[in-house]
Amino acid sequence: MQVFDLEAQGLRALNATLHGLSGQTNETAWEIVNPRGSHAIAVGVDAPVDITVRGSTGYYCAGMNKQATIRVKGSAGPGVAENMMSGTVIIDGDASQYAGATGRGGLLVIKGNASSRCGISMKGIDIVVHGNIGHMSAFMAQSGSLVVLGNAGEALGDSLYEARLFVRGSVKSLGADCIEKEMRPEHLLLLADLLKRGEADHLAKPGEFRRYGSARKLYTFNIDNAAAY
Amino acid sequence: MTDFPHTPPRQSWTFSNDVNAEIRRAAATGIYDIRGGGSKRRLPHFDDLLFLGASISRYPLEGYREKCATDVWLGTRHARTPIHLDIPVTIAGMSFGALSGPAKEALGRGATEAGTSTTTGDGGMTEEERGHSRTLVYQYLPSRYGMNPDDLRRADAIEIVVGQGAKPGGGGMLLGQKISDRVAAMRNLPKGIDQRSACRHPDWTGPDDLEIKILELREITDWDKPIYVKIGGARPYYDTALAVKAGADVVVLDGMQGGTAATQDVFIENVGMPILACIPQAVKALQDLGMHREVQLIVSGGIRSGADVAKALALGADAVAIGTAALIALGDNDPALEAEYNKLGTTAGAYDDWHEGRDPAGITTQDPALYGRFDPVLGGRRLKNYLKVMTLEAQTIARACGKSHLHNLEPEDLCALTLEAAAMAGVPLAGTNWIPGRNGF
Ligand SMILES: Cc1cc2nc3c(=O)[nH]c(=O)nc-3n(C[C@H](O)[C@H](O)[C@H](O)COP(=O)(O)O)c2cc1C
Repeated sequence: MQVFDLEAQGLRALNATLHGLSGQTNETAWEIVNPRGSHAIAVGVDAPVDITVRGSTGYYCAGMNKQATIRVKGSAGPGVAENMMSGTVIIDGDASQYAGATGRGGLLVIKGNASSRCGISMKGIDIVVHGNIGHMSAFMAQSGSLVVLGNAGEALGDSLYEARLFVRGSVKSLGADCIEKEMRPEHLLLLADLLKRGEADHLAKPGEFRRYGSARKLYTFNIDNAAAY
Repeated sequence: MTDFPHTPPRQSWTFSNDVNAEIRRAAATGIYDIRGGGSKRRLPHFDDLLFLGASISRYPLEGYREKCATDVWLGTRHARTPIHLDIPVTIAGMSFGALSGPAKEALGRGATEAGTSTTTGDGGMTEEERGHSRTLVYQYLPSRYGMNPDDLRRADAIEIVVGQGAKPGGGGMLLGQKISDRVAAMRNLPKGIDQRSACRHPDWTGPDDLEIKILELREITDWDKPIYVKIGGARPYYDTALAVKAGADVVVLDGMQGGTAATQDVFIENVGMPILACIPQAVKALQDLGMHREVQLIVSGGIRSGADVAKALALGADAVAIGTAALIALGDNDPALEAEYNKLGTTAGAYDDWHEGRDPAGITTQDPALYGRFDPVLGGRRLKNYLKVMTLEAQTIARACGKSHLHNLEPEDLCALTLEAAAMAGVPLAGTNWIPGRNGF
């Protein structure tokens, strides 16, 4: 286990060290201590390593992650795992706004609640939230899956494209062009897999969720839909 | 009946034929007019400024003999690897999607041969442009289409797009006709649908967040690349100051004449300020912060000639960017294609329905039959020629003003032809020492 003291060694040294790791590295387990809410912790990592952050993080922790598994033993500030490409990011606590924004792959697990705009503009990432999510989540979400064990705030999935949304609790309101859809067997299989990988299979069963997706009415501009924009 | 003289038919200025035609079009279709290009109305512009040239008190440099340097450094504030260009004319960001692959290749070829940079756009980085551009600026846009850390690292600079001059505050729309399989895959969206590009970034709002976003991008790229911030000509004094405060290495300022791939005409013609009015405010912000030349300023919006370049630099810019002019150099709106423009219901010089993807010149299209007509090698050569001419023109003017580097041009070399231009550019009205708005007048 490599231990990196962020307070003592600084952010630039941290990210430069992590960027120096490749697929061949033997230093596969890292622990970052004293994060103290710093921004941009472990961003742009591109190696199959395990990184544990002992404490809470500021903005954009694990941004653009590729391959790495990054665990935050605390809460995460805005934009955690933004534009993640692959790998896994697990937040033990809560996540602030824009969690997983524009993520293109990999898995983001939030064991607490996520704030507003969770999964905004997501492009292939899978997100599993054990608690609730805030308003405008999955705004313009393009692809990937968002699984919420708790409740969703206002305007879920506004202007949604092809992302799949699964919510177990209540949905305060659906955004423009977002509708409830039939849960078919393939969705139950997908959900079972996501719950398992999201460390939530002991907390919820696929049958307890409802599925939401795009009505695809805003896919081509039509003046008679103007009120929806 | 007495035959009184008739009043001749009189057209209304307010309800002109053009205006009435637009009312009828709107009534028939129920949709606003979307088009490409920039503002078409006459605006105060570089044409309204003149250089004074040399005189008894200022002596000129010998053309063809005495050196007038043209190079520019960009990103010297924080980046480990700043950019050094031979000429201060860069190619502005234009999206793959709006432009064809061969057109992007031609921009890369021409820019590289002329010793300057080119820029990606909404829709991500293509091999055509990375492969053919020695210096490539990678745009970081609200849509984040195709965004990934590998392309960030293979770029030479990163440009965070906050706004564009054609539509400050607007997002984008790429209509279904142009969403080919390749464009759809790069953007991760279904083929053939109208794609909206967001107007705000998904994971930051306001100047304090921007500072953290810049930090993140620097950390991802190990502080190697210059980071530009591109703003539309809305509030250039404050936006420049805020971009500098947020840590930008370069500010890119785009005035309302700036082209766009597709936006509502009402937006293009009614939002934002002409570039002439924007440059002095941005320069003032840099000077007030002690950052002029420390943070470089690139300006764009209707730049067409070496004279425009020289005027922009004299007002305090470090470099300019061109979009529309580069496309025309490649062959856009060429009268040789008049018969085909006529078939589209338009005429060479006025063709602006770039969003429809039917460009007979093969530049603003994703249709293989159309872009197959466009030769990227020839296009690149034409662009190189044009960039060289612009540079020579700017040097000619600078030498006449006695400058051994284009950056030595200054507002004192200029006068204005109109009151508006004098007030906006902050240079005296020709033949007077009057700068409207200065010294209480
Ligand atoms: C076809 C086309 C596509 C454009 N695409 C983008 C884009 O993707 N991102 C961006 O920031 N600006 C875009 N622009 C604006 C240019 O970067 C630039 O600001 C503008 O063209 C400068 O003004 P000019 O056209 O008068 O030279 C585009 C412009 C054109 C003409």
